[in-house]
Amino acid sequence: MPPQLKTLIPLFGAFIVLFLIARHFLVPVSFGELGHYRFNSIAENKEKAMNYAGKDACADCHDDKAAQLKSDVHSGLSCETCHGPGQAHTENPETVKLNKPDQRSFCGNCHSMNASRPKFMVQIELKEHNPDKKCIECHNPHQPWQLKE
Amino acid sequence: MATKGIEESRRNFIRKAAAAGGLLATGLLNPFNAILYAVEKPTDPTKHWWGFGIDIEKCIGCGRCANACKEENNVPREPFYFRNWVEQYTIKNDGSVKVESPNGGIDGFVQTVPKEDIFKAFFVPKMCNHCYKSPCVQACPVGATYETPDGVVLVDETYCIGCRYCVQACPYGCRYIHPEKNTVDKCTLCYHRISKGKTTACVEVCPTQARIFGDLNDKNGELVKFLKEHTCLVLKPHLNTGSKLYYNGLNGEVR
Amino acid sequence: MEPQYQHLYEMLSQVRGFIYPNEVDLQWGLLIVLYPYITGLVAGAFILASLERVFNVKVLKPTYQLALLTALAFLLVATMPLVSHLGHPFRAYEILMTPHSTSAMAIFGFVYLWYLMVVLLLEIWLDYRRDIVIWSQQTTGFKGRLYKILTLGVKDLSPRTVRWDDKIGYFITVVGIPSAFLLHGYVGFIFGSVKANPWWSTVLMPVIFLFSAMVSGIALVLFIYMVVTWFRRQKIDMAALDSIAKFLFYILILDFTLEGLDQIHRIYEAEESFEILSLLVHGPLFLTLFIFQILLGTLIPLISLGILQLYKPKELTRRIIYFSCSLLVLFGIFFMRWNVVIGGQLFSKSFYGFTDYKLRLAGSEGLLWALVWVILPFLILGFLLWLLPPWKKLEESTS
Ligand code: HEC
Ligand code: HEC
Ligand code: HEC
Ligand code: HEC
Repeated sequence: MPPQLKTLIPLFGAFIVLFLIARHFLVPVSFGELGHYRFNSIAENKEKAMNYAGKDACADCHDDKAAQLKSDVHSGLSCETCHGPGQAHTENPETVKLNKPDQRSFCGNCHSMNASRPKFMVQIELKEHNPDKKCIECHNPHQPWQLKE
Repeated sequence: MATKGIEESRRNFIRKAAAAGGLLATGLLNPFNAILYAVEKPTDPTKHWWGFGIDIEKCIGCGRCANACKEENNVPREPFYFRNWVEQYTIKNDGSVKVESPNGGIDGFVQTVPKEDIFKAFFVPKMCNHCYKSPCVQACPVGATYETPDGVVLVDETYCIGCRYCVQACPYGCRYIHPEKNTVDKCTLCYHRISKGKTTACVEVCPTQARIFGDLNDKNGELVKFLKEHTCLVLKPHLNTGSKLYYNGLNGEVR
Repeated sequence: MEPQYQHLYEMLSQVRGFIYPNEVDLQWGLLIVLYPYITGLVAGAFILASLERVFNVKVLKPTYQLALLTALAFLLVATMPLVSHLGHPFRAYEILMTPHSTSAMAIFGFVYLWYLMVVLLLEIWLDYRRDIVIWSQQTTGFKGRLYKILTLGVKDLSPRTVRWDDKIGYFITVVGIPSAFLLHGYVGFIFGSVKANPWWSTVLMPVIFLFSAMVSGIALVLFIYMVVTWFRRQKIDMAALDSIAKFLFYILILDFTLEGLDQIHRIYEAEESFEILSLLVHGPLFLTLFIFQILLGTLIPLISLGILQLYKPKELTRRIIYFSCSLLVLFGIFFMRWNVVIGGQLFSKSFYGFTDYKLRLAGSEGLLWALVWVILPFLILGFLLWLLPPWKKLEESTS
């Protein structure tokens, strides 16, 4: 064998062995268990914290509001649609306060006149419909047809 | 007779190929299921196989889903990072199309085209399609993004190197690089919620039930019912991504 | 508004039409333009060197080693822009540890290592081994010690062993040509296989990348050869120069034809994406595509080199033309990469609008870093020429 190869072959051999050793230590645990990924990553994704409590979580303590909401046109809405993520509040109702969206623009997100909204959606001209007042001064957000005035 | 013979041998061939093709791409096994691309996916039918439906006819464009997604998944609030957003399509009488999505729809929409010029207008909520032949999973060089056995495309953020190839590979623009983590981020179908029996945050807050989350293996489930009762389409079907995000009332203009 | 997001807000104000909200943040910037550019230079320079060796094009002899060393200098830097643009550069090793078989990007590490270790380093080593051994005996101090290490202990200078150098070297060059094709065709495939992007997704992409790589590599060697001989105050070998320029001309024709074919095909088929791509090339890409890449980088060199094939003015004129053509071609191919990489991200995948790309000065994706990655190979080449001067080698072999 030519002397060049006598040197080169072991050199490359050593390189490959080194690579395999490095690979042995550097491939993370659970990699490839189910596919070409770290299997434990599935569990890690599952473990993330929830912020939204879900539709039924509020009724335990706010049965009055829940009943109101159910009784009227906003029955399709969830409490958290308006009040935002409530998981922390359900755990610590005294310390964690949810927002109470009383601006006209908030109702406007759903109700302002827009040709893109489907016909079934009842829309108003925000600028014209009783412009000087907040919506909730007349409409109860939980029972919109329960007019206050 | 002859045709029967051919049928026979073809079936045999398919059976053989299927047996041999255990290692082959899953898509090959059921090449002919057109709209319900993923329904018949040859995984264990007793297990979940998550999918998603969106009813464009019901969407009022309130943007609560986009907002809830950011809240639930701690997505940066800047208007460049979305796992989930809403687009407003306005097709004018002159045939031109105007698409808008200011801040993903989170701050609501205004009608920017005068009513008399509008031919047709609607909202299209967008999110990850959880494709089962995902171009993004295919593209990831290290295996940091993958499809779970129950059909959800997830990211392993401790392993992602941030090469952005998956961002390029996604035809739907559903991936972004998280500005703090420097890894890719995308809709997880609220995997942390659905694996605890809850529904996703966006479905949770949708006021009109325009969003349907469900199990494609559950033949009596909500999603399969939705697919049965409506004419559903997926986005960019020609790319054959095996999208599992089905739209009712999808117009050809939507891309 | 936090300063970190300021440039994104600027981009947002530049958006025309509709883009998906996540697309405001353009993902692959200048560094990823450099990556195919530099690998292309490597592949091209190597292919030029192989021409001499495998096809026995004797006139190219004076540039053989120079081309190899140029290829090596650029190859050593080729991965740098890639790694430095990663979100997590220190996780880059994962590509080698758990390469995903379906990913077009995953095998880059292996293709690269193969090309660096098995092809280039070996070929250079075998070609220089005899000289290194001689130099290691003649030189003392740091350089001498370096030579001693570089011999790898193979100090045998018997004619039989030296003949082995040549034989193995030839074999490696033969393996090297497909490897060079692989290296750069593969880089083209990284883009060509992205079906989501109609500007990239074409089967011709690897081939186009390959030919543009050859064009740029040959131009680079032409340029470096002229500069190096000028520095050494030697006389330029006009025969070599003429024939390099001839190869440049031929391959430029091929390259231009292929790219033309690609565009004509696109125009004729006029698929769903046609409108947006047409707006793209006539709008945001007009300057870099039509003026920089096609006019300056292709047509002018093509015409002037073409004229020189028919009519030979005196040497000085020819040299000036070759010199400017090599620079123009290098400039043009840079913008070819730019048009592919940046151009492919300027339009939205919704086909309804455009975003913008603003080159930033600082930052890991900025101009300054890019300049570092462009200048570094020349420094490395300087070092290599100091360590392994091809001209000393030539003198010895002829003496
Ligand atoms: C464990 C019982 C409990 C649950 C579950 C609960 N709350 Fe409360 N909530 C309270 C109490 C107690 C208060 C009154 C706190 C106070 O007045 O300081 C309150 C107050 C509120 C307020 C008014 C805060 C204010 O600033 O006036 C809102 C809005 C509210 N809850 C919404 C919700 C929503 C939405 C949910 C479901 C996600 C929910 N709550 C679930 C106990 C609960
Ligand atoms: C349409 C949006 C909307 C929905 C849906 C909604 N709320 Fe409210 N809620 C409001 C607004 C707006 C206020 C603030 C009313 C005010 O300040 O008078 C409010 C106030 C409250 C309060 C404070 C009580 C008070 O009178 O100040 C509680 C408690 C509450 N909501 C609970 C709920 C619960 C529980 C649900 C679900 C069953 C729910 N809300 C659903 C909009 C909504
Ligand atoms: C997240 C979207 C959403 C928000 C926010 C919202 N609504 Fe509604 N609202 C609806 C939906 C959905 C309906 C039911 C439409 C239907 O199916 O008829 C509705 C119905 C109504 C109706 C009855 C219309 C009719 O003629 O039947 C009134 C009044 C109303 N909302 C007032 C309000 C007010 C006031 C607010 C602000 C506190 C508000 N809404 C906020 C979604 C919303
Ligand atoms: C001054 C009291 C008042 C205020 C403030 C007010 N509304 Fe009303 N709203 C009414 C009354 C009364 C009606 C029923 C008669 C009508 O259609 O005008 C009504 C009707 C509606 C309807 C049903 C319209 C239809 O065509 O059926 C909607 C939706 C509505 N309001 C939403 C809102 C929203 C959203 C706001 C806040 C931006 C708001 N309202 C503010 C009193 C009020």
